Amino acid sequence: MSSVRVLVGTKKGAFILTADGKRKDWKVSGPFFSGWEIYHLKGSPVDSNRLYASQSNSWFGQLIQRSEDGGASWAPVGNKFAYDGVPGTHQWYDGTPHPWEFKRVWHLEPSLTDADTVYAGIEDAALFKSTDGGANWHELSGLRGHGSGPHWQPGAGGMCLHTIILDPANAGRMYIAISAAGTFRTDDGGATWKPINKGLVSGSMPNPTAEVGHCVHHVTMHRTRPDVLFMQKHWDVMRSNDAGENWHEVSGNLPTDFGFAIDVHAHEPETLYVVPIKSDSEHFPLEGKLQVWRSRTGGNEWEPLTTGLPQQDCYVNVLRDAMSVDTLDECGIYFGTSGGQVYASSDAGDTWTPIVRDLPAVMSVEVQTLA
Amino acid sequence: MIRVVLPQHLRTLAGVGGEITLGLAAPITIRRVLDAIEANYPMLSGTIRDYATGRRRPFLRFFVCEEDWSHESLDTELPAQVADGREPLLIIGAIAGG
Repeated sequence: MSSVRVLVGTKKGAFILTADGKRKDWKVSGPFFSGWEIYHLKGSPVDSNRLYASQSNSWFGQLIQRSEDGGASWAPVGNKFAYDGVPGTHQWYDGTPHPWEFKRVWHLEPSLTDADTVYAGIEDAALFKSTDGGANWHELSGLRGHGSGPHWQPGAGGMCLHTIILDPANAGRMYIAISAAGTFRTDDGGATWKPINKGLVSGSMPNPTAEVGHCVHHVTMHRTRPDVLFMQKHWDVMRSNDAGENWHEVSGNLPTDFGFAIDVHAHEPETLYVVPIKSDSEHFPLEGKLQVWRSRTGGNEWEPLTTGLPQQDCYVNVLRDAMSVDTLDECGIYFGTSGGQVYASSDAGDTWTPIVRDLPAVMSVEVQTLA
Repeated sequence: MIRVVLPQHLRTLAGVGGEITLGLAAPITIRRVLDAIEANYPMLSGTIRDYATGRRRPFLRFFVCEEDWSHESLDTELPAQVADGREPLLIIGAIAGG
């Protein structure tokens, strides 16, 4: 019988939530790496027992942990993230040049084909790759070196490379997103990159349609249609039908199009989920009502999903990497909140249940569907 | 034997209980102690001093014989009490954060 493993990164450790395919009774394991910030953890699509975790804090810096047994035990691997060559500068908040400095790993993306290959998106924004299970890391420096790097600026949360998407149909193609530089694509395995932000409009920028500088919060793709991308930008939900060459807005009737998380149904490539957040200065749901909004039309037409979610006095946030889906026949949707709840729906969003309520603030949620 | 007291998180990471001890010949300096820590406990590499700069992480301090050595040169020779194991080198995490 299938089962589900939910990997939860929080401000004070990692937790692993497991259930059988019915997704009714959940076992909570953890905290792992107690007291540390776990920005992200994710399992290999090739070997579900191979997990990678990003562990960091302000005192002791960055560690990468690896598990070979589905999270029962962990061992630290390589944690040296050295920029390729002379790092140079990017822009600081005030527009002055600021040296590139490694701060932390925001996102780990294991290869679709090799359990020992994994990518890391870091702050200050750069992409690293390991081909030996995380023991050694090297920068794919063509990204920072493509020309616009000196003009990138941090968003409020730092200048982070937070999204890495591997194209399952094209081994050389990869997408990344940076706050606040925008989205970029490589078609040659990371050697060269191009910004893919045409159609994004960011009113807070001096040139709202500039090639780079957009605060992209998250991007997602359905594995069967790798040329179709969906984006939650700072404001605006966007869609591209041509691998990011052009974007158009699909916010439609959303009550607010600010937010962080966005994901796609495992079996319905036109079914999307977002969690609308009031604004960039008020990071909580509108009117204290936690709602997931679903579009079954690839955007523009959205419906609120509220059953089982708090509809009064709820002022949590849902961060960009804190939503995920399983691949069971009836697709499960999961998201975690800054209040420490992880909510799950085993019916594609129609109804929700908190599967754990009182964790530290949730930073990331990833789901593994196990045979 | 050189005695070193690590912050709790680093003790957990290294899998050690109390103090760690290191066999080092003179001259004993903080840099050589840190080199020995990282050689004996490679999982601690990068956690006490930054990889890129080699500098002490800003939320950590070094204390020796009740004195703050955080701003001393890493190559200054440590007192005899540390070199002969009567006193430990204390690596202390700042009381900060939430």
